[in-house]
Amino acid sequence: MHLAYPAVLSVLLFCTGLYGVLARRNAILVLMSVELMLNAVNLNLVAFDVWLSRAAEETLHSGQALTLFTIAIAAAEIGIGLAIVLAVYRNRGTSDIDKLRDTAEGHEADASAGDAAAAESAAEKAEATA
Amino acid sequence: MTTTTLAVLVPLLPFLGAAAGLLLGRTAPGFVRPIAVLPTLASLVLAVLVAVRQGGDEAVDAATELTPTGSVPIELALHIDGFAALVAVLVAFVATCVQIYSTGYLRDDSRYPSYAALVSLFTSAMLLVVYSGDLMLLLVGWEVMGICSYFLVGHYWETPEARAASLKAFLVTKLGDVPFLIGLFALAADAASFRITRVLDTVANGGLDHPTLIALLLLAGVAGKSAQFPLHTWLPDAMAGPTPVSALIHAATMVAAGVYFIARLLPVFEASQAAMVVLAVMAAVTMAGSGLAALAQDDIKRVLAYSTIGQLGYMTGALAVGDRGAAVFHLLSHGAFKALLFLAAGVIIHAAGTNSLAAMSRMHGLRDRVPDAYWTMTVALLALAAIPPFSGFFSKESVLGAAEHVTTGHSEHAPAAAGWIVLVVGLLTALLTAAYAARLWLLAFRGHGTEAPDHGRQPLTMTVVLWVLAAPSLALGGLAYQSLPGWFDGGELTPTLTTSVLGTGLALVGGIVTYAAWRHTTELAARVPLGAVAAHPEGDAAQVEAEAIASHEPVYGGVAHAPDPADPGRLLLGPLHRHAAVGFHVDAVYSALFVRPVRAGAGLVRFLDREVVDTYVRGAGALPRWLGAAVRRAQTGNVQTYVSALLAGTVVLVVAAVLVATGA
Repeated sequence: MHLAYPAVLSVLLFCTGLYGVLARRNAILVLMSVELMLNAVNLNLVAFDVWLSRAAEETLHSGQALTLFTIAIAAAEIGIGLAIVLAVYRNRGTSDIDKLRDTAEGHEADASAGDAAAAESAAEKAEATA
Repeated sequence: MTTTTLAVLVPLLPFLGAAAGLLLGRTAPGFVRPIAVLPTLASLVLAVLVAVRQGGDEAVDAATELTPTGSVPIELALHIDGFAALVAVLVAFVATCVQIYSTGYLRDDSRYPSYAALVSLFTSAMLLVVYSGDLMLLLVGWEVMGICSYFLVGHYWETPEARAASLKAFLVTKLGDVPFLIGLFALAADAASFRITRVLDTVANGGLDHPTLIALLLLAGVAGKSAQFPLHTWLPDAMAGPTPVSALIHAATMVAAGVYFIARLLPVFEASQAAMVVLAVMAAVTMAGSGLAALAQDDIKRVLAYSTIGQLGYMTGALAVGDRGAAVFHLLSHGAFKALLFLAAGVIIHAAGTNSLAAMSRMHGLRDRVPDAYWTMTVALLALAAIPPFSGFFSKESVLGAAEHVTTGHSEHAPAAAGWIVLVVGLLTALLTAAYAARLWLLAFRGHGTEAPDHGRQPLTMTVVLWVLAAPSLALGGLAYQSLPGWFDGGELTPTLTTSVLGTGLALVGGIVTYAAWRHTTELAARVPLGAVAAHPEGDAAQVEAEAIASHEPVYGGVAHAPDPADPGRLLLGPLHRHAAVGFHVDAVYSALFVRPVRAGAGLVRFLDREVVDTYVRGAGALPRWLGAAVRRAQTGNVQTYVSALLAGTVVLVVAAVLVATGA
């Protein structure tokens, strides 16, 4: 198989992931998009490892080994990421990252509105747990 | 031990006592009272011993140079003549009385350890001034007294009056001390030595180049320390301190230092006729003004404060006519009876629960509550009014006699004009002194109205001291006027017939007129209720006094006077009363001359700093602030925006890198 196929696929995957990270509003989908980008990298690693080891006399397949590390790290990362999203959702009642703008300049000015929303969401959460 | 060793120990013992008191005050509270009283008592015994050994003969001189200074040498020197020996006995005696009295007066005061240590330090500094034979050494004691008076006058620092008074005492005396220091340097430059004996030798040989300038500069410091016009204003306000401190400052230390200093260096002043006339005018204005002001005061201690200023005026008057024997004689007898007056006033304030004469004049039977204070204060007031045979009579007559001697032109020491000024104003002041002494006595002890509050017996330490001090007030003058000339310059101190008759007659007139006025006004007292007494009569005397001082202004509308129509002083002074009550507006003049210009200057500096200097600083800060505001707009809080920016940046960098790599 020519190297171009996995490379193009990887580029497509990466661009899809990038688009998702930049454009999606749901935090979970953003995380999924991050996974897509990671997997694009993994695909590249595997593909180039195979392409390079074809010519070599002996190889350690370090590309594939690195992929295993990346998968493990990605699993851990997604676990923490999802936990954070869950915690944010429990606190705010939303996982829409457009609404999570606490670090914005002049945020304190509309803090009262945010507090009202937070109180509202707290009430919703109480209903949900009950 | 040699006389020199004893003399060194006299100021050293209270100093060590002060250091021990400050160090051990917190850790060993049981030792505070012995540490306060015993060193002062020991130093009294030693001072008496020194006086007996010196005996008014040849002055004891000793000096050691601590380290070469390169120019005019500064030596640790003693110079003990008859004046120094006797004044040191007085200082140690009064300080011992004050320390014993304070153990009762500040019985429950939490700051007693530091108070007692500062009183010891004060005493030590004054003894250093008295014994010192070197002007720089004298200046050390002089300035230590200044700072001690600041701390002690501000002892009740919870009250705003005490804080203001302590600052005022410090600033006003410092105002005099700056010219004083310059004067000392000028004197030392002319005499090429700080040793008093050498300075006096130089003066005797006519070696002073600028006698008038030096004398006037030194006079400024003396006026500040001894509370002479126009730097007297701190003394009445210093009444915001505890009564024993007032007794110490007024009788033995601080104010006595100025008079004593002139007495020591009298030849320097005599070298300038102008300085002697200035001294006489200063004494005259001080005497007459303080006598009038004392008649209008309501606070019992302020009456005594103005009387101190007046009596110091007599002493400077005696110096202005070139008779330092009379001045120091009056210093000694005044020290005894003024200490007694203040300590007795402390007892009265404690018993009455107020420091206001108007309130006391509405109390019946105050004298039965404090019989010791009543009898001893009567003695002291008679001495103050110079009624024979009390001690004040002899010392005051010696001053007036000296002035009369100069008026006839027989003295080469002082101009006749100075003699006339001192004599006339001194006689007038004798009248005023008797008048305010009588007013004080009548208002405090002859009150009508409700029964005086009964707070039980006064502490024994407080009453015994009064009787101890009453003895010299009664008998010192009569016993000493013949023997003292041997200790002093040998000048005659015996009262002359003319001035005695005139002075005593005027004093009697003053007393009788005041009595008549009091008889006339006392009916009014019942009609105008007035007065407030302390909230905690069971507290120790210091607490009662602090409350009395703090409440005087809210109750009577001023720290100095009360709107009391039954006051005989009001009748006697007539339209003058309003001005006399505020000390003839000297404070207002100072306020207009110094306080307001300084405040205005401070306001100008504040304006320049805030509006001019700060504008540049703010301008320098504005540009970065605007840039910051612009950059802050990028901080939207949306993570995706940041990532987009990151991506854009990466793309730009990559493109740039590729372009550079390909060489395009």
